[in-house]
Amino acid sequence: MSETFTKSMARNIYYGGSVFFFLVFIGLTMHTTKVMPETDNREALNESAARGKHLWEDNNCIGCHSLIGEGAYFAPELANVFQRRGGSNSEAFKAYMQGWMAAQPLNIPGRRQMPQFNLTEQEVNDLAEFLEYTAGIKVNNWPPNIEG
Amino acid sequence: MHTLKFQSQSVAKPYFAFALVLFLGQILFGLVMGLQYVVGDFLGGAIPFNVARMVHTNLLIVWLLFGFMGAAYYLIPEEAETELYSPKLAIALFWIFAAAGVATILGYLLVPYSTLAQITMNDLWPTMGREFLEMPTLTKIGVVVVALGFLFNIGMTILKGRKTVINLVMITGLIGLAVFFLFAFYNPINLAMDKLYWWFVVHLWVEGVWELIMGAMLAFVLIKVTGVDREVIEKWLYVIIAMALITGILGTGHHFYWLSTPEYWQWIGSIFSALEPLPFFAMVLYAFNMVNRRRIEHPNKAATLWALGTAVMAFLGAGVWGFLHTLAPVNFYTHGTQITAAHGHMAFYGAYVMICLTIISYAMPKLRGVGEASSNKAQVVEMWGFWLMTISMVFITLFLTGAGILQVWLQRMPESGEALGFMATQDKLALFYWMREVAGVGFLIGLIVYLANFLVDSKQAGNKA
Repeated sequence: MSETFTKSMARNIYYGGSVFFFLVFIGLTMHTTKVMPETDNREALNESAARGKHLWEDNNCIGCHSLIGEGAYFAPELANVFQRRGGSNSEAFKAYMQGWMAAQPLNIPGRRQMPQFNLTEQEVNDLAEFLEYTAGIKVNNWPPNIEG
Repeated sequence: MHTLKFQSQSVAKPYFAFALVLFLGQILFGLVMGLQYVVGDFLGGAIPFNVARMVHTNLLIVWLLFGFMGAAYYLIPEEAETELYSPKLAIALFWIFAAAGVATILGYLLVPYSTLAQITMNDLWPTMGREFLEMPTLTKIGVVVVALGFLFNIGMTILKGRKTVINLVMITGLIGLAVFFLFAFYNPINLAMDKLYWWFVVHLWVEGVWELIMGAMLAFVLIKVTGVDREVIEKWLYVIIAMALITGILGTGHHFYWLSTPEYWQWIGSIFSALEPLPFFAMVLYAFNMVNRRRIEHPNKAATLWALGTAVMAFLGAGVWGFLHTLAPVNFYTHGTQITAAHGHMAFYGAYVMICLTIISYAMPKLRGVGEASSNKAQVVEMWGFWLMTISMVFITLFLTGAGILQVWLQRMPESGEALGFMATQDKLALFYWMREVAGVGFLIGLIVYLANFLVDSKQAGNKA
C-alpha cells in the first residue's frame, strides 16, 4: 500500500467504520423488533405452543430438521409441515402428529431413522401447537413451495 | 533447545495439544454423520444423527476456542514483551474448560438429550436445543467463567506490557467473542425473536469478531516468518479488519431475509454481504505480498504454507462460497440446502481451522523444545497433512455443492405439486453424498498424517524439553 495511506488513517477507518455500522445495525434491529409483532404470529403463542417449543428444544429436533431453513439438513423442513402434512387443519395435523410420532422408528432398512421420543399424547399435541404457531409466522413468503 | 521468548508462553502447549485431540474427535463424528446420510440406519440406535451432529459441531467450536486461547497465551506475552500475568490461572482454566467440555460431550453421547436437559435443570433457564448452542445452561455458565478468567489474565498482561496493534486487535476480538456469547442466554418463547438474537452469537462470531482474532493471529505469524516491518503489517491488519466489520456487521442481514423481518434486510443483507469477500481477498493479497517481500528465510516453511493456505481457503470458503448464495433472490432457493453445508465446511476449515493450525505450526516446535522449527522431515510430513486435508476439503465442498444444486433443482425450483419431496430428493443425491464421504475419509487420512508430524521430532522434544 502506498505511503500516503498511513497506519493511523487505516486505524481511523477501522474504529469509525465499525462503530458507525454497528450503531446502524443496532438501530435497524430495534426497528425490526418494533415491527415484528405485525408478522411474528405472537398472538398464537398459547401455553401449549410454549410448552411445545421447550419440547422441541429439549429433544434437539433441530439436530436433524430445519425450521424456517435453519438447523440440520438431514430431515425435512418443519416450519410448513402444518400445511404439508396437516393441510392447514389443526385437528388433522394433531392426528397426523400422533400417528407419526408413535410410529417411530420406522425401521425401514437403510432409511434415515427418526428416534422414538416417548412423548405423551399431551406432549405431542403441544409440539403440534408449536409447529402450527411456527407455520403462522410470516417469513417473506419463504419457502418457494410446499416441500420446504 | 529453548526458543521461547517468555517462559509463561508454555501454557499454550496443553491448549494446542487438547485442541488437536478434539479436532480428531470432530472428524470421526463427521464421518459417522456422512455415512448416515447414505446408510440411514447406521448406528441409528447408538448414535442418532442429531447426537453425532451436536458432537461434530460442538467439538469444532470448543477446539477452536482452545486454539484461540492457546494462541492468545502464546502471542500476547511475546507482543507485550512481558511474562503472562498468571500462568497458574491459565493452567487452572485449562483443566476447568477441558473437564466441562468432556463432561458435556459425554452427556450428549451417554444419555438422551432430553435427559441431559432434565438433569442439568434446563427448565430453570432454558437455553438448550438451539443449533450450535446445544450445551447445557450450566456449561454455558462455565464457559462465561472461563472466558472472564481468561480475559482478565491476558488483559492484565497487556496492561503491564507493550501495547501493540496485534495485541489490541486480539483482545478486542476475544472480548467481542465473550460479549456476543451472552446472547446464548436469551431464549424467548417467541421463535422469531429467538432466531433474530441467536444470530447475534452465530453470525457476529464467525463473520465479525472471530475475524479480528484471525487477523491478529495471521499478522503475528506473518511478522515472525517474513520479518517484514511491523508498521506495514499493522496497516494491512487495520484495513482488513475494518473491511471485515464494515461489511460483516450489516452482512448479518443475510440471515434476516426469511424471518418475520422487514424486507429492507433483503437489500441491506445482499449489498453488504456481497462485499464480505473483500476482506478475505485483501487477506490473500496481503499474505502473498508479505511472504514475497520477506526479509528473512525462516526455517519453518510449514507455518508459512499454513499462513498462505488459510488466506486462500478462507477467501474461497467464506468469500466465494458465501457469495454464491448470499443474494436474497438466490438465497430464496438455496436457504437451508446442502449449499449452506458446502459453504459452512470450507469457510470454517479455511478461516478458523487453518488459522489455528498456522499458529500451532509456528509455535509448537518452540513449545516442545524442538527449536526454531521442526526438522525438515517433520515439516514434509506436516505439509503432506496440509495438502491432503485441504484438497479433501475442496472435494467435500464441491460434492456438497453438487448435491445442493441438484437439491435446489428438484425440490425448490418446481411449483408445489411438481416439486420432489425432501426425502425423495435426498435419495437422488446419494451419489454426491457417497463421494463426500470418500473425501471425508481422505480428510481423516490427512489429519492422521498431520498429527504424525509431531512424532517425527518426538525424540528431540523429549530430550531437550
